[in-house]
Parts: sequence; C-alpha cells; structure tokens
Amino acid sequence: MQNNDNSANVIRVMLAKIGLDGHDRGIKVVARALRDAGMDVVYTGLHRTPEEVVDAAIQEDVDILGISLLSGAHMHIFPKVLELLKAKEADDMIVAGGGVIPDDDVEELYQMGVHKILLQDTPPQEVIDSFRQLVADRGAR
Amino acid sequence: MISRTSSMKLAERVREGHLRAIARLITRVESRDPEVRQAMAELYKSTGRAHVVGITGVPGAGKSTLVAELVQEYRASGRTVGIVAIDPSSPFSGGAILGDRIRMGELVSDPGVFIRSMSTRGTLGGLARPALEAVDLLDAGGFDVVLIETVGVGQDEVDIVRAAHTTVVVNAPGLGDDVQAIKAGVLEIADIHVVSKADRPDSNKTIQELKVMLAMSLEPGKDIWRVPVVPTSSEKHSGFGELMSAIDRHAVHLEHSGEITERRRQIALTRVVKVAEEIVRDNFVRDSRSQTEELLKMVTQREMDPHGAAVTLLKAMKEKIHEAH
Repeated sequence: MQNNDNSANVIRVMLAKIGLDGHDRGIKVVARALRDAGMDVVYTGLHRTPEEVVDAAIQEDVDILGISLLSGAHMHIFPKVLELLKAKEADDMIVAGGGVIPDDDVEELYQMGVHKILLQDTPPQEVIDSFRQLVADRGAR
Repeated sequence: MISRTSSMKLAERVREGHLRAIARLITRVESRDPEVRQAMAELYKSTGRAHVVGITGVPGAGKSTLVAELVQEYRASGRTVGIVAIDPSSPFSGGAILGDRIRMGELVSDPGVFIRSMSTRGTLGGLARPALEAVDLLDAGGFDVVLIETVGVGQDEVDIVRAAHTTVVVNAPGLGDDVQAIKAGVLEIADIHVVSKADRPDSNKTIQELKVMLAMSLEPGKDIWRVPVVPTSSEKHSGFGELMSAIDRHAVHLEHSGEITERRRQIALTRVVKVAEEIVRDNFVRDSRSQTEELLKMVTQREMDPHGAAVTLLKAMKEKIHEAH
C-alpha cells in the first residue's frame, strides 16, 4: 500500500533520440535511474525526427522532454525542437539536453531556451535532482 | 498555451478534438486533481460513441507491433484511433519505463492517431481507473476507435474484458507448451484470438491448438459468437486487415445479438467499483492514516480480527465521504 500515495504528481519524462545517432547506452541508464526515482519515463527509441518527438511529447503531456545527442547535431536539433514547441503552443514544456556538447554551445543553448544541459559525465542522482528541481520551479500547470 | 487553463475550459476543447486539451486532462486525471472531476462528469455525457478494443497477451507476444499495424488499417479505412498503452510500474519505486512508442514511432505526426502511455501505478493490479478515464477523453474527443493495450499478466486480462467492447488476445507461437492456452485462462476472455509472427514455421501448430480448444468450448446456438483465430505477420504485413474486419464483425454481432447491453452494464459496473475502491483506499492510506495504524496494531496483537477492523474503518469513513464528495 505504500505506493498508493504517489499516484499524484508523478513526474513524466520523455527521453528522445533524434536523427542519425545510434548511441543509446547513456539514455537507457538515465531512463532506468529516473524510473527508480519513481518517475514515468517514455522512451522514443532511436532515429526520431524533431516533429515526431514534439508531437509525441505533447500527446504524452510530459513535464520534461529530455533529448540525448552524441552526434554533434545539437545546434541544429535543439532550435528546431524549441521552434516546434512554440508553434504548437507547447512552450511550457521543460526541455533538457544531454550528451556530448562543447562548453561554448552549452551557453548558447541556454540562451536559446533550453532549460538544462547535463553533460555525459553527470551522475544519475544529479539528473534526478535537477529534474525534480525543474518541475518544482515550474509549479502547477 | 494551456497551462493553468481550467479543466472545464479544456473540456470544451476536448469536444472539438483538440489534442493538447485531451493530453492535459489525462494528466490531471492521472494526478487525481480534484479540479478535474466536474469537467469529467460533463465530458462523460459525450462518451459512448467509440468502439473500445482491448488488446492483451503475454510480454513479447507482439502487442505493440500489432497495434501499430492495426492502426494503419483503421487509418486506411478512414477512421481515427486513440491508443492507451499501459506498462507495469515498478513495485518498488512506483516509476515506469514506457516503451510502447518505440514500435509505434511512425504513427505520430498523424492527427488522426493519439497515443498515450500510462503505468499501472497505484492500482491493485490491473487496469487503472485513470486509464479508463483516458479512454473516455479519447472517446469524447471524437476518436472512432480506442485501443487499450495492456500486459496480460494477472488481473489485467480479466479487467480488460470488463472495460472493452471487444477483447483481442495476442498469442505468439512457441511461447509455452501445448496447454498454455488453457492454463493461462486466456481462452475464455478472447473475442478474437491473434496468432502473431505467423511467418514462423511453428505458428501453424499454435493456430491449430487454439482452434481445437475453441471448438471444444463452443456452445450450440444461432447467435453465438464464434471466436476467430487470426494469423498475423508484421514481417509480411499480413493479417491486420483481417483482424480489423473481425473486430468490425464482432461489433456488429454485439449490436445484433443485443449482447452490447450486457457489456455496457458490465463496463459500468467495473468503472463504478473501481472508483469506489480507489476512494476507500485513499481514505485508508492517506486520510485516516493514524486510525488505520491504530487498528493495524490491534489486528497484529490479535485484539481485533481483520474483518472487524475493516468494518470499523468503513463506518468512520462514511461520514467523511459524505462531506468530501
């Protein structure tokens, strides 16, 4: 019965891989860590388009859309995702990024409107804590 | 932007088929937001049009793949489809990894298809109340067909029969021995049996076994629904049109035989009982925790039996529920 209480306010996360990037070890580790922290994690699988991911995230109504990129295409894909979210009136969704991203780009991505960048050596607990913080900061929706 | 829009306002947009509004109300239903209740009561009046199909089967039988193929058949026939895909949540953390979308990737970006993944969290096992309300929302949102996909273990498979108009059981060849079909109890619950992966050589054996079992359980009569066995293969993209036709034939059968009345009554019963159970559980666990703990102690120390404790809690609850609901 101890699990009954937490039906309310469960954090929903979509983890997505976009484009020609077949590296999914990291994202699966993160998915498992978030699940073990009590979150519902929707995983999209590999090779999605930004349009597919944004549409899916809207239907799933996730709190956080997390995109893992190890292909170097982040400066192309994040603006596209943010633009689509805006066009579909869903720019209240929290967007997080992870993977291999150079420091200079991180700053630029924050300015673009990405809420959180977690690089490849981030410990799982830090991902969990920052996701909880992001949702707490956003408040009710 | 729909953030903080009232649920009543969103309900109006659900009726117009607005996908964001449907998605957000499912979230509020799932988080047990009391603010959503009035909107759901209002929207319930707009439900009852969609044909609800339950799809179950053991893990690995190919349910998600089948759903993806079936949806394409429905789309080709001009119908819109809502999907509620249910995955089990961890009994330890309560969290869940919802992976059904992996196999349904190409369906999104079609406004005639809406997929929502949900976990079994917070239920006694089986189909959660929020999942059934998600079905209501898709129904009210104008989707012609609503598919509920769930893992066929334990209570779920019984639950799905009590929540769907048509139940499809997916069997995979080579899973288990000859009598697995009887043992699992899936024989009785299916309106339609699918044998997936029918391109595999051992699928014929599974098909034959199912047919023999079904023939044995047949009662004689004119208006009896004869459960079909439909072989499908996602490798060859074959059998899914036949499956859609079988579901349509079953829908016609329900209407013509009048069985639909009994099914609707059964669904209503399931729904009401589920909500009642949830209210009771919430009350025991959350609202009357101190009293519950006290009684649990008495039960542990053999000062009271479990039945007596339950009746005591229910009596105490009666007044409170009257006020709260």
